[in-house]
Amino acid sequence: MYLALFIVFGLLCIGGALNLLFRRHPIDCALSLIVVMTSLAVLYLLLGAEFLAAAQVIVYSGAIMVLFTFVIMLLNAGSEERTHGSAAAYAAGMPGIAAIAGLLAFLFLSQNGPAAKARLGDYEVSTGALSRVLFRDLLLPFEVTSVLILVAIVGAIALAGKEH
Amino acid sequence: MNLLVFLLLSVLKIAVVLVVFLSAVAYTVLLERKLVGRIQNRWGPSRVGPSGLLQPLADGAKLFLKEDLLPTGVYRPLYILAPIIALSCALISIAVVPYGARIAWHGVDMFQIADVNIGLLVILSVTSVGVYGIALAGWSSNNKYSLLGALRASAQVISYELALGLSLVGVVLRAGSLNLRSIVDSQAAHGLLSWNVFGGFQIVAFFVYLIAAFAETNRTPFDLPEAESELTAGYHTEYSSMKFAMFFMAEYGNMIMVGCVATLLFFGGWTSPFGSLLPAFGGIVVQAFLPVFWFVLKVFCFLFLYVWVRGTLPRFRYDQLMGFGWKFLLPVAIANILATSLWLALRTA
Amino acid sequence: MTIPIAYYLTLSAILFCIGVGAFLIKRNIISVFMAIELMLNAVNLTFVAFAHMWRQIGGQIFVFFVMVVAAAEAAVGLAIILAIFRTRNTLDVDRIDLMKL
Repeated sequence: MYLALFIVFGLLCIGGALNLLFRRHPIDCALSLIVVMTSLAVLYLLLGAEFLAAAQVIVYSGAIMVLFTFVIMLLNAGSEERTHGSAAAYAAGMPGIAAIAGLLAFLFLSQNGPAAKARLGDYEVSTGALSRVLFRDLLLPFEVTSVLILVAIVGAIALAGKEH
Repeated sequence: MNLLVFLLLSVLKIAVVLVVFLSAVAYTVLLERKLVGRIQNRWGPSRVGPSGLLQPLADGAKLFLKEDLLPTGVYRPLYILAPIIALSCALISIAVVPYGARIAWHGVDMFQIADVNIGLLVILSVTSVGVYGIALAGWSSNNKYSLLGALRASAQVISYELALGLSLVGVVLRAGSLNLRSIVDSQAAHGLLSWNVFGGFQIVAFFVYLIAAFAETNRTPFDLPEAESELTAGYHTEYSSMKFAMFFMAEYGNMIMVGCVATLLFFGGWTSPFGSLLPAFGGIVVQAFLPVFWFVLKVFCFLFLYVWVRGTLPRFRYDQLMGFGWKFLLPVAIANILATSLWLALRTA
Repeated sequence: MTIPIAYYLTLSAILFCIGVGAFLIKRNIISVFMAIELMLNAVNLTFVAFAHMWRQIGGQIFVFFVMVVAAAEAAVGLAIILAIFRTRNTLDVDRIDLMKL
């Protein structure tokens, strides 16, 4: 059951990512990315991170990607045309990336630590436990990120606001 | 617990809830037409069946039998996908809603499909994904009215989602949990008096939630994405037949969900307004289904309110809508969080 | 039934590499930006997987902060894209080659 869930959503992730890689139209890319993010949320659930799974869907699929689709619709972005720059990336970049992926996968799979097994429900982090760490031990970083968000909002309005 | 029994009972629950939910959607449409009719001093549908009660069947048959047009300029995969996204997102969230007291039968809770620790967040996340239905419908239709409606809808929904989410934080703070059953249990002590909206002093949060939810479901006075006087029909201009019906059902399904969430979070869910004043009567079956009755009654009141507001208020202008959301609702929601947490901190100190 | 954490790490490595590939071959600036988001997501998966492996909550906290920063980054980044599109009227990264707006 656990393995089946992992395989289904892992394959959905990879399929979505490959679709993002090969589609030309940005809206197709955005939708594939949403599939990847939502499947990742299910994988987080399998790893016992229930709050992060919900946050992943709310923040990534529900807010950030809506912004992306909004901008794509607003600018009416069409399919991209291939230019001279991408030929070099295809020729040199793709084999290199495949090599890196193979190397990383080999490294991960050849190591077998004692505790490195995952089972459904053997380590669940409740929202309460997460927030205790967040609001007690890491209060200052948390506040700093909220300032960061505020700065980002102001910056976004200043950049995208009315013509100067 | 036997896996087979669990599966059978779950499938049964899902089937019953889906059938009830979908017929509730159909009859909400009738309720709206009847009520708006009476508000505008006319009868509303009255021909099909006794006082128009079979009108939803006739509507359904009409929509089902209409020709399914596929305009030439549309981006076909997304055009077909969009209504499916909208409808499924409207239907999924009912899975975590508890509609009665916890009664286990063969170890399976019969009055909730899935009891999730983060039930409230699940509802919020499904709602936040639902906007893609509208956005993609408008974009893939290749029509300026649809596109304008979709742009308005996505901007409106992400703006009001903030106020909506923040208005619920006060309730979560009081209950100390995101589990919907725990939230209801936290307001079950003294009937009406311990509901969050009265005894919990969350009345401000409730109104913020209500207004933001009206905007989230694109209902009057915030129905700018489908403002017929300026955008024809907004994002579903190019849709016909069953695809249009799916958007229609999604809208009313979302209305019912908003009613459910408001009931669970602010109005004590399935608990009786009289608390323990009302003596227990009837057999075990009556006692099991009485909570369901209270729950449905409360949700019905919200649907009535929805229609009443639609029959009463005019539509906002778009800049008014955005200004209201960002400059009024959001600060009020944050102030409510501050006040609630201060109160809770002082009470425990 | 158990599965090794290494499967999650491998999945995340594959996703990250696809993200790098998309970053290299995409020519639309919005798609390039989405490739970056894909890489961030892949890294988040490793954090959650390691949090599960070592029974440490810190890994999940990391993901939380990455999400916050990604949200801020998306808001500012898309605002910059809007500004660029207004002045240069293109979204092609090869045509945005001047050091001024």
